[in-house]
Amino acid sequence: MMKKKYFLNANIIDPKNSIEEIGGLIVDENGKIEACGKKVNQNNIPAREKFIDLKEKYIFPGIVDMRVFVGEPGYEYKENFRTLSEAALSGGVTSVVTMPNTSPVIDNVSIVDFLKRRGRDKSKINIFPSASLTKNLEGTNMTEFGLLQKKGIVGFTDGIKTIQNTRLMSRIMHSAYDLDSLIMQHAEDSELSMNGIVNDGIIATKLGLQGISDISEKIIIDRDLSLLEEFNCRYHISQVSSMKSINSIKQKKNDVNFTTGVSINNLSLNENDIGEFKTFLKLSPPLRTEEDRISLIDAINKNLIDVIVSDHKPEDEESKRLTFSQAATGASGIETLLSLSLELVHNGSVKLNQIIKLLTSNPAKILKIDKGNLSIGNDADFCIVDLYKPWVVKEEKMISKSKNTCIDGKKLQGIVTSTFVKGEELFKI
Amino acid sequence: MATTSKKAIKISQKHLLGIQDLSISDINIILSESKEFISLNKSKNKKLDVLRGKTQINLFFEPSTRTQSSFELAGKRLGADVMSMNITNSAIKKGETLIDTAMTLNAMHPDIIVIRHQDSGACNLLSQKVNCAVLNAGDGRREHPTQALLDALTIIDRGKKIEGLKIAICGDILHSRVARSNIYLLNMLGAEVNIVAPSNLMPKEIEKLGVNKFTDMKKGLKDCDIVMMLRLQNERMTSSFLSSNREYYEYYGLTPDKLKYAKENVLIMHPGPMNRGIEIDTKLADDINKSVIREQVELGVAVRMACLKIFCE
Repeated sequence: MMKKKYFLNANIIDPKNSIEEIGGLIVDENGKIEACGKKVNQNNIPAREKFIDLKEKYIFPGIVDMRVFVGEPGYEYKENFRTLSEAALSGGVTSVVTMPNTSPVIDNVSIVDFLKRRGRDKSKINIFPSASLTKNLEGTNMTEFGLLQKKGIVGFTDGIKTIQNTRLMSRIMHSAYDLDSLIMQHAEDSELSMNGIVNDGIIATKLGLQGISDISEKIIIDRDLSLLEEFNCRYHISQVSSMKSINSIKQKKNDVNFTTGVSINNLSLNENDIGEFKTFLKLSPPLRTEEDRISLIDAINKNLIDVIVSDHKPEDEESKRLTFSQAATGASGIETLLSLSLELVHNGSVKLNQIIKLLTSNPAKILKIDKGNLSIGNDADFCIVDLYKPWVVKEEKMISKSKNTCIDGKKLQGIVTSTFVKGEELFKI
Repeated sequence: MATTSKKAIKISQKHLLGIQDLSISDINIILSESKEFISLNKSKNKKLDVLRGKTQINLFFEPSTRTQSSFELAGKRLGADVMSMNITNSAIKKGETLIDTAMTLNAMHPDIIVIRHQDSGACNLLSQKVNCAVLNAGDGRREHPTQALLDALTIIDRGKKIEGLKIAICGDILHSRVARSNIYLLNMLGAEVNIVAPSNLMPKEIEKLGVNKFTDMKKGLKDCDIVMMLRLQNERMTSSFLSSNREYYEYYGLTPDKLKYAKENVLIMHPGPMNRGIEIDTKLADDINKSVIREQVELGVAVRMACLKIFCE
């Protein structure tokens, strides 16, 4: 049992409970939220209790990151549960959905048991594992959605791979409908994007690299949304990257139920940032044009995009110190997810409340987990943020085991000063 | 007899990675230096000692006949010690990364490394890791700067001024580093560039590089002063780009019939190696009045001598 904690004079944002006000937060002896909001102030807490005056710093619910790659099992040298949770906490992230692209693949009940034990023993944050849609990510036979769910799997995805076979995708949706399973699809037609590395456009032409057309993303989204019309299972597009995809989503939004995610990288950077072959900016989906980036921000403001993810993909230095075509894909980003999202607030692109909603309550709702909120009686998972404090991202200061940040040297504003999980302060700047 | 020029040579770059990085003045420095070597290469005594005591390493990850021998000869004629690495026997085959290879070679204190690599940007990566100058002899689909320079020199040597010329580059543009380097160079020197290719071999948004785009060869060749043909790079083609070679020849092969659309005194160029009967009619390729393909090879040595000399300093 811990001591009660009182936080006063904070800017509290809790989208789920429509709280956006100056107030306080009380954490009870069990690490649960006792009270939250403007009604909590110095007048109604016991006089002898010590409290923390946050001086109008912000309190957000702990961030829920729906797309995180962890190296366990198989690639522990890239990231393990311990290093992942340290990195996450420093960025205000308290819940993550881990991707099944490990070795072995998370595709059966016994490996889930192992994963949960490791997560429980080594991680300080909440781990919500996803399992693969198909056995060994081969795209041929589906996994046991029902049994895996019973073991605590929150969703199914082939992670960096797409279900290419339409017949299989249709059957997956049927099963997911029966079992109320969440399907998370990485949208990319692999035939169309074969050997592709960067967005197909002037940058690909100039750098002499094979392009990935935006149509390869749109074509899978169009296909899946058409299939969904028949069997409306819980379906989530993991990441969109282009205006063409947004147009497809806009068209179908009123006809079928589905949700959409976007990586903070695609919201903040464009293909020009690749410069002269910066391999840390080799991402999937690729960075696209500035026009595409702006369409993604517009989609956030129009509620066409539901979730922002870090797409945290730790890669060791050796897999990035290669030519652009040989280098590994992905960037480490969990610790900068919130700060980089706040850039969109500071530059006037998106309102703060909307950004926080896409980082907390929206992903929790899609996943059907009671996280990402400050509801009374819930685990006190939250972060304290100095919204205006400037800082610079430095590769060597990254906490994640892999330092492959795609925003090295970037000046950001807004930093997490403390992170609490179940009422316990696990990170302090 | 050509001599080493006395004037101070100031080039803006440490390495020759691509035409993109060069200024017009850089290009003029290289071209004027090259001209001095043309006559030297025709003379009896071809040896100079400008690079005596310097070490040149040729690092060719892709097979090459003309570029590799041209660079080797150029280095030797300038008196450098030239070493050509045989990649098939080297540690790269044992899984060594490009950076490690670079560090190993760097430890031997070369003055210049000439690199050809199948990946775009490989020379950029190498240049970040070594102390000496790096000359790009072709990286993936990105650039082949000495080829573009020798093409320009060939045109100039034929008494033409590049500014104001209309030049068509035809064929497999998508996979061609030669096309990219030539687009940058010819644009910079004031030519009008037409790009002719089937849509499957046309890079996306190529018009943003300041060229006119054509899928109809006859239209693309109209009133051109120069026609540059490119090799169909079958080895880089992963899936169906074209139906057949004979259909390609019918629509995109350079034939007397199509060449009629160009100017009367048109010059034909090709970086080699040629696929005769696929992208070019074999008689046209050998037509001494129109084809300058052999001269391109000849002047290639002069251009590479100039580059070695300039970047070694």
